[in-house]
Amino acid sequence: MVLSKTASESDVSVHSTFASRYVRTSLPRFRMPENSIPKEAAYQIINDELMLDGNPRLNLASFVTTWMEPECDKLMMASINKNYVDMDEYPVTTELQNRCVNMIAHLFNAPLEESEPAVGVGTVGSSEAIMLAGLAFKRKWQNKRKAEGKPHDKPNIVTGANVQVCWEKFARYFEVELKEVKLREDYFVMDPEKAVEMVDENTICVAAILGSTLNGEFEDVKLLNDLLAEKNSKTGWDTPIHVDAASGGFIAPFLYPELEWDFRLKLVKSINVSGHKYGLVYAGIGWVIWRSKEDLPEELIFHINYLGADQPTFTLNFSKGSSQVIAQYYQLIRLGFEGYRNIMENCRENMQVLKEGLENTGRFNIVSKDNGVPLVAFSLKDSRRHDEFEVSDYLRRFGWIVPAYTMPPDAQHVTVLRVVIREDFSRTLAERLVVDIRKVLHELDGLPAKITPKTAVDGGEAGKSVTVVSKKSDIETQREITTVWRKFVLERKKMNGVC
Amino acid sequence: MVITTTTPGSDEHICSTFASRYVRTPLPKFKMPEQAIPKEAAYQIINDELLLDGIPRLNLASFVTTWMEPECDKLIMASLNKNYVDMDEYPVTTELQNRCVNMIAHLFNAPFGETETAVGVGTVGSSEAIMLAGLAFKRKWQARRKLEGKPYDKPNIVTGANVQVCWEKFARYFEVELKEVKLSEGYYVMDPVKAAEMVDENTICVAAILGSTLTGEFENVKLLNELLVKKNKETGWDTPIHVDAASGGFIAPFLHPELEWDFRLPLVKSINVSGHKYGLVYAGVGWVIWRSKEDLPDELVFHINYLGSDQPTFTLNFSKGSSQIIAQYYQFIRLGFEGYKNIMENCTENARMLKEGIEKTGRFDIVSKDVGVPLVAFSLKDSSKYTVFQISENLRRFGWIVPAYTMPPNAEHIAVLRVVIREDFSRTLAERLVTDIDRVLKEMDEVPSSHVSAKAAHVTTTVDETQDGNGGRKRVEKSVRETQEEVINTWRRFVASKRTGVC
Repeated sequence: MVLSKTASESDVSVHSTFASRYVRTSLPRFRMPENSIPKEAAYQIINDELMLDGNPRLNLASFVTTWMEPECDKLMMASINKNYVDMDEYPVTTELQNRCVNMIAHLFNAPLEESEPAVGVGTVGSSEAIMLAGLAFKRKWQNKRKAEGKPHDKPNIVTGANVQVCWEKFARYFEVELKEVKLREDYFVMDPEKAVEMVDENTICVAAILGSTLNGEFEDVKLLNDLLAEKNSKTGWDTPIHVDAASGGFIAPFLYPELEWDFRLKLVKSINVSGHKYGLVYAGIGWVIWRSKEDLPEELIFHINYLGADQPTFTLNFSKGSSQVIAQYYQLIRLGFEGYRNIMENCRENMQVLKEGLENTGRFNIVSKDNGVPLVAFSLKDSRRHDEFEVSDYLRRFGWIVPAYTMPPDAQHVTVLRVVIREDFSRTLAERLVVDIRKVLHELDGLPAKITPKTAVDGGEAGKSVTVVSKKSDIETQREITTVWRKFVLERKKMNGVC
Repeated sequence: MVITTTTPGSDEHICSTFASRYVRTPLPKFKMPEQAIPKEAAYQIINDELLLDGIPRLNLASFVTTWMEPECDKLIMASLNKNYVDMDEYPVTTELQNRCVNMIAHLFNAPFGETETAVGVGTVGSSEAIMLAGLAFKRKWQARRKLEGKPYDKPNIVTGANVQVCWEKFARYFEVELKEVKLSEGYYVMDPVKAAEMVDENTICVAAILGSTLTGEFENVKLLNELLVKKNKETGWDTPIHVDAASGGFIAPFLHPELEWDFRLPLVKSINVSGHKYGLVYAGVGWVIWRSKEDLPDELVFHINYLGSDQPTFTLNFSKGSSQIIAQYYQFIRLGFEGYKNIMENCTENARMLKEGIEKTGRFDIVSKDVGVPLVAFSLKDSSKYTVFQISENLRRFGWIVPAYTMPPNAEHIAVLRVVIREDFSRTLAERLVTDIDRVLKEMDEVPSSHVSAKAAHVTTTVDETQDGNGGRKRVEKSVRETQEEVINTWRRFVASKRTGVC
């Protein structure tokens, strides 16, 4: 005879997750729960919540890689429990990092002898890389000024207003003044002439961007180099250049090898590149390379000496995973020069397809250039009735994440939509996006125009002006408030700081 | 009729990797190769090279987690391609981070009301966390000094000499002077009395460690707080405390809840903890929590405003993977308070068992305490025949990675071996380790002592030379091996004196 028990705990192992009590209780959000729950339940609950995140591959806002080959996924999973900083315990992983540094240094034409090792390091991303490079420049400049007996308490750095937010972070955290070269309509990158004008004796370096975040343009580093060399010979200040090649560093060598932007230019002392952008690795890896040992002050380096091997380290982070470093090496040897070139050429091709599709609608101005990072930045020819933010919102319904931004000063009145073409954005997706954009435009055309605050003002001053007062419906009021707030908030928010 | 073609590569897809030409050609190590290679070959080549790395789970040097449940591995894999910083695109992931911050803040008894949100952030590790906390202290101190019209160009920070290397990095990169309280034999952590003495008007904070890297000891934060409160009252300097709970932050609340070290002490303004140590997540996540909004100067925070929600960010890194944050949340809800407590109790048990086994050999002094991070640090009672460094090397042959270190000043003459007990170091492994240590000791006892013979060779040479004053010089030639060993030992001691920076 079977006695049925009513204790719920006894059947816990039998119930499938969705039959168990774990999906009935709300998870505490602010305090750790008292009791444990089965791992299947924990997995299911978190997995289900995460379904509401955006789909990474349809996130056209980001430059960061969203797909890698299954073989690489296998390697990454296998090394996820390796703490990268344990150089003594994982000598092969350390060696792989060194090989990557050397390969990238050679890719950037660092002036090295045959057997000379390159000077560089793997970081968590370009933010860390830029901070390390900036720190090196600051220390070098301070040492120089101390030797000359001059004040060294007001360092500054010259960049364009189109810089990514990490330069502002560097400036604020490391107490360096940021001197920004303002943009203007039609010229959305740093003007080399204006930049050189702004250089003074306290400038630790001039930062040029290869692959501007907003429209993908490459800044003219060669011109900057020439102008700065001229100024240096007059002033004797010896101001160097840093190239922020976060996006462009893995594009220019393959698509535009004749373009001189790297260590071929004498004043370029350090370059950073994001492994997780066009280096084709998942988020979490960047590289910074110095021209030579002289450009990295020894006092910043921590030496961890193991018998027989001197391991110099210069990073902000200590413990971190090894997976991305191994994945970068995998990509470098798997693809080789020809593989990277083929992928970049595909991206450029697909960019052309998208650009032409958008031009054919007749409703957009293309703001991005053909040469540069493969992305398409476009703005509405006529944004009086509906603006780019509305287009962006409507595209979300189809699953696309296409961000809209305003340009930094002094071009804040220009708003653009931006689509980044990554490795995994194939031609079919490009064509589909164009179709969906047409659908959105069609829908928006059918809607009443958004009401600007002007038309809604009560023209109560009789005789002064006859203004049409239209009664606002609920949704129009809401939309007006939303639009006004959004513009206000965007003015404050550094939208152009988003990667 | 089949005509065989000789075009190379036509049957490449048939050849298994080890039959193909890819394992014959050396891979370029300094320049990118020109050609692409098949993904199977790339995978195999890299996988094979990595076989020569140490096995993470036998790496007893590291506090960092080396095992997680398969369900968590699945979640990690699925989120590898999510860039954590895209808050707008991945709102759930952002929410999970916020929940973790709140949970940890509550764990540390942060004083805020039921509906208030905690002030804190997820980082890549304790290094970034410490830099952010230090930056906040520095900026607060500077603002106060400016208001008082006093000079603010020489900030300093007071810590023990046993600090982990990231404090030295912070000091060097952010131009803050590091004032270290020296250790002494038998006392391997920061002395609160000496620390309070060293505080001056330029001190931005005093950093105490909960879970010293070398011996696992918890510093007496309560005593430090009391002494500093007294001093602050006399001087009016208002010097705060930061607790570096990188290891201890996820141990003390579960094993020693009555120990007051966190926000229950009024001078503690920020705490950092490594999610990837006893937070039981793979390498790559740390947390820093501030007591309240006032302790984080607003000028350091970058505001990313989205309609309806203000997302303040204060990190050094921007783009990074989301996997570890999700894994941390998984651990919190999967284990809960009781789960963490059970795991820490297991670790303590296994540590005790290992300690007893080592004591039984009769050859070691135990340097670590019972209360603290579950690890066993031990030194040789008699280092004349061989040193801990040699034991460490010989243990490698069995697969164990057990590091040997010298203590920081002023206790550099003490060298210890250290075994960290992590979640996945079970009792069987502990017993096996003791067996292998026994074996190593036995082996080294039998080898003629290299120290003694080197010394003897030296001594004999001198003696003989003096004895045979004129002609017929009889020299005892040092054997090649003895010379080598002497040179190695000298170099090793020289180099080892620089090793204290290792985590």
